[in-house]
Amino acid sequence: MALMSNLLILAAVLFAIGVIGVLIRRNAIVIFMSIELMLNSVNLTFIVLAKQLQSLDGQIFVFFVMTVAAAEVAVGLALIISAYRLRATVHVDEINLLRG
Amino acid sequence: MIMVTVLLYFFGILAILSALGMIFHKNPVYSALFLVVAFFSLASIYALLGAQFLSIIQIMVYAGAIMVLFIFVIMLLNLRSEVRIPIGKPAQVFFGILFGVLLLLEGFLILKSGTISGTIGLFPQSRVDSVGSVQALGSLLFTKYLFPFELASILLLVGMIGAIILGRKKLPKES
Repeated sequence: MALMSNLLILAAVLFAIGVIGVLIRRNAIVIFMSIELMLNSVNLTFIVLAKQLQSLDGQIFVFFVMTVAAAEVAVGLALIISAYRLRATVHVDEINLLRG
Repeated sequence: MIMVTVLLYFFGILAILSALGMIFHKNPVYSALFLVVAFFSLASIYALLGAQFLSIIQIMVYAGAIMVLFIFVIMLLNLRSEVRIPIGKPAQVFFGILFGVLLLLEGFLILKSGTISGTIGLFPQSRVDSVGSVQALGSLLFTKYLFPFELASILLLVGMIGAIILGRKKLPKES
């Protein structure tokens, strides 16, 4: 079905936009948002294929991906805040030391 | 049916445009708002594909909780001087876009090269409609996927503890 493969192309385009965002932006928060966009495009792929194959397992996986994304955002933003406390910046090129 | 197709294309194009706006706008607050638009259009696409429960969850968890967290952090960190962070050196931008487009072309090649195979599952649209989307999802979640469901709750607990420990202020060292 042409519509379903167009939706898969939409998911691929969104994933590529997320990758470009991670590679070209230098602000840690925007890089994090791009990662969220990539997770969402994968969710879209799961739902399209679940509809195509008449199965609900794909939708269950989207549920778990959302759980992981919520935990990841909480921990990641806490990491960004503690990095900002140390360096007073979220510019990823300036956060280049492992020690605090 | 034609209405559904038109709406799918509309929300798809809206999602792509707002994603582009997110990565190219230099103010992180506007980036966050563009991302909310992208999440809403993806939620509409989920609803049109018959995943109503996930569409609601998408709006509640992503557009609600996660984006509020992002906006809070942007407001918490004084980013006035950070707004002008450039989008990387020209070479970074060039290679970033180059590799992104190459990745996209590879995806197209994979889509072109084969058809989607797989066994047809047990839940055609008529069966989901007869019991309801939430009940069909829940019956699967609490039987076949019960163990991953419990693991997900532990993961959320670990995430919560990790966020609290990482986010607190450092106490002065003893001795």
